[in-house]
Amino acid sequence: MRAIQFLNSLLLREFVSTFFLAMRYFFKPKPTINYPFEKGPVSPRFRGEHALRRYPNGEERCIACKLCEAICPAQAITIEAGPRQNDGTRRTVRYDIDMVKCIYCGFCQEACPVDAIVEGPNFEFATETREELYFDKEKLLENGDRWEREIAANLAADAPYR
Amino acid sequence: MANIKVDGNEIEVPDHYTLMQACEEAGAEIPRFCYHERLSVAGNCRMCLVEVKGGPPKPAASCAMSVRDLRPGPNGEAPEVFTNTPMVKKAREGVMEFLLINHPLDCPICDQGGECDLQDQAMAYGMDSSRYQENKRAVEDKYIGPLVKTIMTRCIHCTRCVRFTTEVAGISELGLIGRGEDAEITTYLEQAMTSELQGNVIDLCPVGALTSKPYAFQARPWELNKTESVDVMDAVGSNIRVDSRGREVMRVMPRVNEAINEEWISDKTRFIWDGLKSQRLDKVYVKKNRKLQASDWNDAFATIARAVKKADPAKIGALAGDLAGAEEMYALKALLSAVGSKSFDCRPVGSAIEPSKGRASYIMNAGITGIEEADAILIVGSDPRKEASVLNARIRKAWRQNGTPIAVIGENADLKYDYAYLGTGTEALAALAAGDDKFAKVLSKAKRPMIIVGEGALSGTTAKDVLALSAQIASDNGALSDDWNGFAVLHNAAGRVGGLDVGFVPERGGMDAAKMQAAGKKGELDVVFLLGADNYDLSAFENSFVVYIGSHGDRGAHAADVILPGSAYTEKSVTYVNTAGTVQRTNRAVFGPGEAKEDWAILRALSAHLGATLPFDNLNQLRAAMFAEVPHLAVVEGPVETKAADVAKLAKVPAKIKAGALVSPIDDFYLTNPIARASKVMAECSQLALGQVKEAAE
Repeated sequence: MRAIQFLNSLLLREFVSTFFLAMRYFFKPKPTINYPFEKGPVSPRFRGEHALRRYPNGEERCIACKLCEAICPAQAITIEAGPRQNDGTRRTVRYDIDMVKCIYCGFCQEACPVDAIVEGPNFEFATETREELYFDKEKLLENGDRWEREIAANLAADAPYR
Repeated sequence: MANIKVDGNEIEVPDHYTLMQACEEAGAEIPRFCYHERLSVAGNCRMCLVEVKGGPPKPAASCAMSVRDLRPGPNGEAPEVFTNTPMVKKAREGVMEFLLINHPLDCPICDQGGECDLQDQAMAYGMDSSRYQENKRAVEDKYIGPLVKTIMTRCIHCTRCVRFTTEVAGISELGLIGRGEDAEITTYLEQAMTSELQGNVIDLCPVGALTSKPYAFQARPWELNKTESVDVMDAVGSNIRVDSRGREVMRVMPRVNEAINEEWISDKTRFIWDGLKSQRLDKVYVKKNRKLQASDWNDAFATIARAVKKADPAKIGALAGDLAGAEEMYALKALLSAVGSKSFDCRPVGSAIEPSKGRASYIMNAGITGIEEADAILIVGSDPRKEASVLNARIRKAWRQNGTPIAVIGENADLKYDYAYLGTGTEALAALAAGDDKFAKVLSKAKRPMIIVGEGALSGTTAKDVLALSAQIASDNGALSDDWNGFAVLHNAAGRVGGLDVGFVPERGGMDAAKMQAAGKKGELDVVFLLGADNYDLSAFENSFVVYIGSHGDRGAHAADVILPGSAYTEKSVTYVNTAGTVQRTNRAVFGPGEAKEDWAILRALSAHLGATLPFDNLNQLRAAMFAEVPHLAVVEGPVETKAADVAKLAKVPAKIKAGALVSPIDDFYLTNPIARASKVMAECSQLALGQVKEAAE
């Protein structure tokens, strides 16, 4: 027993093994990323910032059925509806999400019968003021326009499992 | 009575019962679409199928089959009906599948979503999937007026709307044309429906085919707060449910009250809610330099106090409007009495109604249900269709079901039932009283005749004669016995009977409405309080100091020197007494806009400034004081006491009858009160009814 201990000390076995461990990690590809410039992968089911989508012809999808408002457990969604001026179809007059209240449970996108409200892949929407987190319809539609490609790809990727 | 076994439980039911009623009696739930208790049986939705033992080997429609149609067993066993067997389940699933073949899957954009019979019953009795692969049919939407929106593709052809309009409303303007897949509900001519009760088809429609146009897409049923209340558009006092969201009233729905409105309400009641949001008085206004300027309560009270202090107490008066509640009138009367005035009135100008002559002299003594019990009805100087549409539906029901003979003296209006037209004026009434008319025989033969006297006939120069003659006719024809009092006054303002009950009429030496107007014209009326009083000729008060307490910027507010913003009927809890003397109370659904306060609270605060502080600090104390004086107001929907002797005393016909036509005071059904005049929907309906606009070709 004492002999083994003596040999380990003499041959610096722990030093050597540590050195090799260090060297292994030294030559391995690095897991850290240069965050704002590089980003990690995000699941297609990721529930990030909300967006209101449009149909390919530019028509907004939301039909003001208010199911998302009804199901929202945090009561973060406020909708007012009415007939649209030009064609009398059912549309939202107001669609607000209080992103401070939102708990990102994803129930709203589950409830939506037309895939209008979705939680997109974006998680980088930190703001400096609280007011900026009270999203209105304009902001949500703008999100939808900006993220449509990613959102559509994510929905397509996840579709087989639904 | 017949015995019947429902799902193994034997029960006894009257033998005129249908199987559906028997099953419900036994506690079994039967789904249905076309069947409605108050409409005739159509039996065309087939949703109410049940299994009948011993009957033909097929399910039977329980709404159309009567208990007496079933034969007892060979040994006299009670016939058996099943509502939960596999056969019934399969039959319901099949019917539901057929109904859903052509019903669009547009629940998310349908206003009926969340309160839809088809949605609920598809969940409860339907299958989970459809086998239908073909194209669904589409039906063109129809224009049937500014109140009812149609999405005809959703229609399942239950024909409830058709039956309602023909049977209850009495207009043959909706019908079902075509067969099978081509069947359509239509007005034939793309014209607006002309009934004052057309809104009820929205409630009757079990799907979203007929929905409310003004309410379209405004709210979902699950986000509305429901407050049970009472309507004030007419003196019927229809029971309503006020649906509100936040501080807004979103819609008005009927509540069932067999004694008053069954389950119908008039269009004015139903679609008035947009008037509650516009033209509101939400600030205190005081006239300075001949201009009304926004001010604050203290300034307004001080201004009023100065005017009242300057005035001679005998030259102070108060008028209460059509929508004033009993509490407010009680408070205003107490306030005026405290400052020494004896002049207050809640009746129209020149009214012959005197509360001192007993309560029976100014209410519909037999009650609204009395219309159905009556075996002859005489309508004097009233157009019940305009004055009380729901009550008119009740008269129509009596006419349809009992064949009650009806006669009218007054306007020869289209009341949607046949009547004998006896003449326009007092001379026809006098002739009838003298027995010179064919209808006199009908009346004298009748055991329970009813004489409905309109408020229009009871005001004006001929008022006293009309009252005396009507009472004379009632007493001569046996309408005033111990168990039947057929003398009925049909008021047309919700607040009127309440006002008469609390005694909001001039005391001895005081001025009534007519005298106040005369005094005002002569400049002998210093201060006049208007409690929501817009329907008087207010030009008479140009030289007086006018204080207007009310909810809407209407005629009264234009004439005012000080405006104190009050609450509308959805914003306060007050007592209303309907024309049959039934006491009812509203409940607050929302808060008033801006600085608006409850009217009694305004009067209480004002009283402190006038140095005549009223002896109550909250509504309960006010009510306690009011109940002490008028005990019957304490009991909501309590029994109505009527003394036939009081009416008999009125029958003092003068030797000479003043000639004059009896006209209903309501010329436009849709614009009778400040709230209605503020409503865009009512304005549109009114224009349409008057034929001022060509219907929009949609």
